[in-house]
Amino acid sequence: MKPFAYVRPERTEEAIDRFAAQPGARFLAGGTNLVDLMKLGVAGPPLLIDINGLPLDAVEETAAGGLHIGATARNSDVAAHPLVRVRYPALSQALLAGASPQLRNAATTGGNLLQRTRCPYFQDASKPCNKRAPGSGCPAREGVHRDLAVLGHSAHCVATHPSDMAVALAALDAEVRLRGPAGERTVPVAEFHRLPGDRPDRDTVIEDGELITGVTLPAPPSGARGAYRKARDRASYAFALASVAAVLTVEDGRIGHAALAFGGLAHKPWRAHAAEEVLRGAPATAETYRRAADAELAAAEPLRDNGFKVPLARNLAVSVLHDLASRTDTTG
Amino acid sequence: MTSQLVRPTTGAVRRDARQKVTGEARYAVDRTPPGCLHACPVPATVARGRVTAVHAEAVLQRPGVRAVLTHENAPRLGEADDPTLLLLQDDRVPHRGWYVAVVVADTPEIAREAAEVLDVDYAVEDHDVLLRADHPDLYTPEEANGGHPAVRERGDFAPAFAASPVRVDATYSMSALHNHPMEPHASTARWEDGGLTVYDSSQGASTVRDVLAGLFELPPERVTVVSAFVGGGFGSKGTPRPPCVLASMASRHTGRPVRLVLPRRELAAVVGHRAPTVQRVRIGASEEGVISALSHEVVTQTSTVKEFVEQAAVPARAMYTSPHSFTGHRVVALDVPSPSWMRAPGEASGMYALESAMDELAGAVGVDPVELRLRNEPDAEPDSGKPFSSRGLADCLREGARRFGWEGRDPRPGVRRDGDLLWGTGVASATYPVLLSPCKASAHAGPDGLYTVRVDATDIGTGARTVLAQIAAEALGVPLDSVRVELGSSVLPDAPVAGGSSGTGSWGWAAHKACTALREELAGRSGPLPSEGVTVEADTEEETGQESPYARHAFGAHFAEVRVDTVTGEVRVSRLLGVYAAGRILNPRTARSQFIGGMTMGLGMALTEHSTMDPAFGDYTERDLASYHVPACADVPAIEAHWVEEHDPHLNPMGSKGIGEIGIVGTAAAIANAVHHATGVRLRDLPLTPDRLLPHLR
Repeated sequence: MKPFAYVRPERTEEAIDRFAAQPGARFLAGGTNLVDLMKLGVAGPPLLIDINGLPLDAVEETAAGGLHIGATARNSDVAAHPLVRVRYPALSQALLAGASPQLRNAATTGGNLLQRTRCPYFQDASKPCNKRAPGSGCPAREGVHRDLAVLGHSAHCVATHPSDMAVALAALDAEVRLRGPAGERTVPVAEFHRLPGDRPDRDTVIEDGELITGVTLPAPPSGARGAYRKARDRASYAFALASVAAVLTVEDGRIGHAALAFGGLAHKPWRAHAAEEVLRGAPATAETYRRAADAELAAAEPLRDNGFKVPLARNLAVSVLHDLASRTDTTG
Repeated sequence: MTSQLVRPTTGAVRRDARQKVTGEARYAVDRTPPGCLHACPVPATVARGRVTAVHAEAVLQRPGVRAVLTHENAPRLGEADDPTLLLLQDDRVPHRGWYVAVVVADTPEIAREAAEVLDVDYAVEDHDVLLRADHPDLYTPEEANGGHPAVRERGDFAPAFAASPVRVDATYSMSALHNHPMEPHASTARWEDGGLTVYDSSQGASTVRDVLAGLFELPPERVTVVSAFVGGGFGSKGTPRPPCVLASMASRHTGRPVRLVLPRRELAAVVGHRAPTVQRVRIGASEEGVISALSHEVVTQTSTVKEFVEQAAVPARAMYTSPHSFTGHRVVALDVPSPSWMRAPGEASGMYALESAMDELAGAVGVDPVELRLRNEPDAEPDSGKPFSSRGLADCLREGARRFGWEGRDPRPGVRRDGDLLWGTGVASATYPVLLSPCKASAHAGPDGLYTVRVDATDIGTGARTVLAQIAAEALGVPLDSVRVELGSSVLPDAPVAGGSSGTGSWGWAAHKACTALREELAGRSGPLPSEGVTVEADTEEETGQESPYARHAFGAHFAEVRVDTVTGEVRVSRLLGVYAAGRILNPRTARSQFIGGMTMGLGMALTEHSTMDPAFGDYTERDLASYHVPACADVPAIEAHWVEEHDPHLNPMGSKGIGEIGIVGTAAAIANAVHHATGVRLRDLPLTPDRLLPHLR
């Protein structure tokens, strides 16, 4: 572990100024991923700017009937928040499907979005990895990659984004609020993470010096039902082999609003636009769900050892959509 | 034999429970002598080759770095039976992760960073790290682990198998498994006045003392090893490991105390693991399921550093009637880390294969799997012909079936559906040998009415402190709270390691012998004791050295119920029940903990624990607890451990068999058999993860 400086500002402006003044600085929130990466020699920031003292931990209703979640709100607190549980069950379920209780108590909303891939080559500084050391190569493509991407990968990188929370946020049309030296802006969660292309070192569209201040969710569509489901190697504390978040409205046997996102399949939470096209206005039947899943997963390009993810994701999507559409209640 | 069921919630509470939960218990890393330096080892980053240069100069210029030890300047070591301990003695790199240098610095952080940036040049050679059943370099060793002959033949297997009306011929495989105790391996070493003191996380301080004395060419009495509290080992601390050697080297080199803690991600390369196996089992039987021919052939791997052969075919020599039998092992030396002991080496992997094959036989002959096993109960141990000192397998199977609600089970596979879930049940037998080693102990009576038993036993979390006090109090005929136990230091009377489920039997016998003699000594006295008290010493070398005329084994039966999600391929265990026949259970509370701990580890072996050898780099991929999936609490269902009390006079004065390992044996097979019963799919490659199961489900 390299020596580093540490500051804990109390004002957001100060944190952003500090960052701008020190190339290579990193913001520290829960530290559940960044500190690991520092121990592994994968990250070596000269300065850590602890943002836990900033006033960014609130969870509050917006004037538009949505919800704003501060960047340092803890995953466990967000998952347990009454408004999240009632209006955005997919988000609560996704948060509770992630990590372990201890990690969720420390991990934050902003940090969760910015966590890095758990690709074994990325985490091992003694091996090549285009994400960690651009241009060094990607041994995962021909190596150990059962857990890695089937959608949107490139010759340079086959990593997956590990977050559960971000998958639910993508399906919920949430927006990331950023603040940097140039001011504030918002980016939809579904567009916040990048595909690897030829720059796999860049996980997101965040600009150097920008701080996530929070995430804003719009009011859920009237009558919407949502859920998150994840398949994994053990019942707790395991990353998704594949997961799905879905938000649906059904009226007179037909699907109205349809939002679907996959986790564990790509370098980003995978908003399934092609599937949504099939779903909208279609009869709420198993046949529709299968067609929708197939429409999205037709683009999959599995690697040697991860082909199982395609039928797994398909099954998850069909199952979750069926369960949601079959429900008689409209709150969960 | 009489059977009696004991409630598992009674028994003396752990003597060190409060110390452990309050943090008062001092582990190897909690010993930081004044002036202590910190060492960080440097693992090789090639899978095979030679070190051509270590560029230590740049690192030595860093503030706080005190030394860099390499094969060129490290102290020369003496003799060692275990070549994995001959560290920094030459330039050879036998596998990725082998230590090629050690950095010593003022703080752990400085040492670690310097180790990361230390530049090492290698001459790289081609490597071969993948086990294949048809590997051209497979050979038959002389012995498998435990000193068992690699090959045993009885009768004439091939014609008997060919003539059998019913034949099962199946091949099972499993990945490597890793021990991963909660406390990673660590040592604090200090040279003083030509002697060496080491605080080591080990399963046996006497053994570490002897090995270090040999390596550093000291008389054993100049070496002291303390392993007072140990956070688990599961076999990986049963032999001395690199930390005690490297810390001792570094301390001698610098003249300062040195502490070395292994990062968890390095454990897979340097503390042993359960080797992967490919096991072919063939069973020939009558239409009624009575076995006439049994063959168990094991293919496994070892490293080029030492030969370790997982003795997976050995349990087949003791389990079932089999007039014609072949049991054999073949091994190939690859450029991989050295395998070693992991909880029930041999039995855990071998009984997965054998008990899966028994389930396949039950299906083939249409006989209930419990009944099939009862039909193959032998009169004497098949391979040795010796009578069993006690054999409680049938009782365990019957009692387990009763408790589990096995009777009336529909044998048809793949027919129980509850929505998206398929469910089923499975059973498997378990066995583990009774092992005993010579041990010394002393017993002391003080004028204050208190008694002290001293023995260099190790409590790796089993409850040894507590059980030894119980054994002593019973032998002395005094209240439990008047007995103190001192253990975990090589200054105490020599004792064998906590391994092979032999600790309580071996240490307890010596303690019992010393206490019995002390009681007699005290009975012959009158008047107050002298101020120094009375001490009696005992040694069980003679008793334990005699070969028993009996075949001595613990037995057990495992029952599992699983639910398989046809949407995801996820398998979740809903019920797990074990019944054991392990002699006299000395402490129900700590025994239950041992049993369910073993069963949980077996659950991981069946379903979640997977290790991938990276063919390009030559290392195991899953090296942290986020990626190497030991079961989480949420994976462990309603879990029950019960036992039938045995009265076996042919064991030791306590009448006990070992219980630390049998819980894992058979659990994986019971779960895999339940998965078959649930789904109708027989998968023969562990672990049964969703990617493997999903393609077979609808």
